[in-house]
Amino acid sequence: MNRESGKKGSILRDDGFQTIAGSLLCIIIGLLAGYIVLLIINPGGAGKAILAILKNFLYYPSAAASMKYFGTTLVKASALLMCSLSVLFAWKVGLFNIGAAGQYVIGAGASLYFGLQFGMPWYVCLLAAVLAAAVVGGISGALKAYFNVNEVISCIMLNWIGLYCVNMLLTKVKEQSTPYTRSLESTNKSALLPNAGLDSFFSGNEFVTIGVPLAVLMAVIAWILLEKTKFGYELKATGMNKNAAKYCGMREKRNIIVTMMIAGGLAGFGAGIFYLSGIEQWMVQQTSIPAMGFNGIAAAFLGGSNPIGAVFSSYFIQHITSGGTYVDKTMYCTQISDLISAFIIYLCGFVLFFKLKLNRYLDRRDEKIAAKEQKGGEA
Amino acid sequence: MLLLIQYTLIFASVLILVALGGCFSEHGGIINIGLEGIMVIGALGGALMMKYLPAGFPAPLIILLVILASVLSGMIFSLLLAVAAIKFNADQTLVGTALNLLGPAAAVVLVRAINTAESADDVSSTIAYGQAKKAFIVNIGRFEFNWFMLIAFLVLIASFIVLYRTRFGLRLCACGEHPQAADSVGINVYKMRYAGVLISGVLGGLGGLVYITAGVSEWKFENGVAGFGFLALAVMIFGQWKPVNIGLAAVLFGLFRALSNVYTGFDMLVALKLPSTVYNMFPYIISLIVLVFVSGKSRAPKAEGIPYDKGQR
Repeated sequence: MNRESGKKGSILRDDGFQTIAGSLLCIIIGLLAGYIVLLIINPGGAGKAILAILKNFLYYPSAAASMKYFGTTLVKASALLMCSLSVLFAWKVGLFNIGAAGQYVIGAGASLYFGLQFGMPWYVCLLAAVLAAAVVGGISGALKAYFNVNEVISCIMLNWIGLYCVNMLLTKVKEQSTPYTRSLESTNKSALLPNAGLDSFFSGNEFVTIGVPLAVLMAVIAWILLEKTKFGYELKATGMNKNAAKYCGMREKRNIIVTMMIAGGLAGFGAGIFYLSGIEQWMVQQTSIPAMGFNGIAAAFLGGSNPIGAVFSSYFIQHITSGGTYVDKTMYCTQISDLISAFIIYLCGFVLFFKLKLNRYLDRRDEKIAAKEQKGGEA
Repeated sequence: MLLLIQYTLIFASVLILVALGGCFSEHGGIINIGLEGIMVIGALGGALMMKYLPAGFPAPLIILLVILASVLSGMIFSLLLAVAAIKFNADQTLVGTALNLLGPAAAVVLVRAINTAESADDVSSTIAYGQAKKAFIVNIGRFEFNWFMLIAFLVLIASFIVLYRTRFGLRLCACGEHPQAADSVGINVYKMRYAGVLISGVLGGLGGLVYITAGVSEWKFENGVAGFGFLALAVMIFGQWKPVNIGLAAVLFGLFRALSNVYTGFDMLVALKLPSTVYNMFPYIISLIVLVFVSGKSRAPKAEGIPYDKGQR
C-alpha cells in the first residue's frame, strides 16, 4: 500500500550495498576471466595457479614466514592505497588523475634524492616527496584551469617527462656497479621511516614502518575532507558544474588547481612511504612507468570511489598482484595478475549500468506487489 | 640527414594513422583514450602473423596478410570500448584507461605463453620478425622506403574525403556534434558511433604495427608503445580534429621523436652536450607546450564523451 516504505526497507536499494555488490561482482568475473586465460594457456595447472594468486603469502607453510610476507604485502598495499586516494580525490572533483603514476615517480625521486644526496632525516624526505609531487599535479591542474588542456593528456605527458627526469636525477646517487640507487640502509639510516615496534608483529620484517598506519590515516582524512567539510563540498561542487560553482562565488580555477595539487601530494606521499621504508631501490634505467599509479586507478574504482572502500580494494589488488609472483613460472607468467586487475577496471565501467538495471528491476517488482495489493483490497 | 628524414616520415606515419583513428572516434562522439592499448594489440596481431608466415611468400601477399592481422586484432579489441561506451553507457575515460592496461598485459601474457611453450627456458616477451619485415622495405639508394609511409599518406587523403565529402562522414560528424538532431532526421546514432570506434580500432591497430616495424626487427611487448597513443591524441588536438592539420602536426611531432634516435649524427646537436634523456623527453615537452596554445579555442566535437540517451533532449 505504502510504496515509499517498501522502497526504503529493501537492503537492495541501499546505494552502499549496491556499490559493494557491484565491486564484488567485478572481482568474481575478473578472477573467472583470469582463470579462463590460465586454462587456455595450460589447462593442467590453472586451478593451482589461480589458488596461488589468491593465497599470496599463505603459500609459505610456516606461520612466521607467511606473516613476514603479509607485512611486505601491506607495505606495498599502503603505497597503492595512496595512489588510489590520489585518483579518487581528483575523480570526486570531476578530474581524471591518470598522472598518479608520474606524481608517484616524482615523489620517489624527490624522497630518494633528499635522503641520499643531502642526507636528510625521513620527515624532510617525506615532505619533499609530497611537495614535489604536488607541484607536478598542480601543473596539470593549472593547465586545465587556465588553458583548458585536457588533464588526461597533460598527465600522460608529465608521466613520461617525470620518469626521464627522475632517472637523470637519481643517476647521481646510484651505485657504481649496478643501475640501482644506493641503499638508504648503508648511506643514510636517518632517512628510513621508524618502525615504531610494528616490525615485531610481522616476524621482524623491517620494512613495515609507520607508513602503513599513516596511509590508512590518510584515507580517513581524505574521507572527512571530502564528505564533512565546506572545502570538500566546494571542490565537489566545482567538479559537478564549474560554471554553477563560479556563479555561487567559488573560485573554480583555484579549486581545480588545489585538487590536482592534493591529488599529486597524496601520490607523492605514497612514493615516500614506499621508498623510505628501504624495501626497494630505484632502477635508474627504467624505461616504463611503475605500475603502482595505474593500479591505483583500479583500486580507486573497485573501492566504489570511496576512501574507506579504497583501503580494502587497494589491499585486494596488491594481494593478487603479489600473489601473481607465486604462480608456477614454468607454465605461466606473473603478469597474469596485471591482466586480472586490468580486466577488473574494465568491468568497473559497467557498475553504473548494473545499479541502474537493479533499480529498474526493483521498481518493477515493487509496482507489481503494489498492484497485487490493490487488487486484493478490491476483492 | 637522410636518416632523420626517414625516421621522421616513419614516426609521422604512425602518428597520422593513430591520430586519424582518434579523429574518427571522436567525430562520432566517443573519446578514445584507449588508443595506446589498441596499438599494442594491433602490433601483437601483426607480429604474430609475421612470425608464423612461412618463408618464401611473395612480398605483396605478406604485406596484405600482416596488415589484415593487425587491423583485425585492433578492430576486435576496440569493440570492448564500443560495447561498453555505446551499449552500456560506461564512462569513456575509465574504459579507455582499462584498455590501455589490458592491451599490454594481455600481450605480455600471450607472448610469454607462446615463448615458454616453444622452449621452457624462454621467459622473454619478445617476438622476432626480421625476415618478414623485409617485405615492407624498399631501398632507394641509402633511403629505406617503407610502404607504410605511402599507406599513411593514402589513409590521410581518404580520411579527408570520407569525413567531408561523403554521406557517411558528414553523418558521423553530426552524431558527435548533436546526436539528438542527427537521430531526429533518421540517422542511427548507435550504429554511427560503433562505426567511428571500429575505424579507430582499425587505424590504431595498423599504427601499432607500423610503430614496431620502424627501425627494429624484434619487439619486447613489456615496453608497450611508450605513450605513442597519447602523443597521437596530442597530435589530434593540435590538428584540431581536421585530417590535413593532423597530417602536418604529425610530421612536426615525428621530427622531434626522430631526433632522439638520430641526434648523434649531427655535430651541432652533439656539441650541445645534452644528455640523451633530454631528447627522449622532447616529444612530450613539445606536445605539452603545443597543447597550452591550442587547447583554449578547442574545436572538439561538442557531444564527445557524453553517452547518447534517446530520451534526453
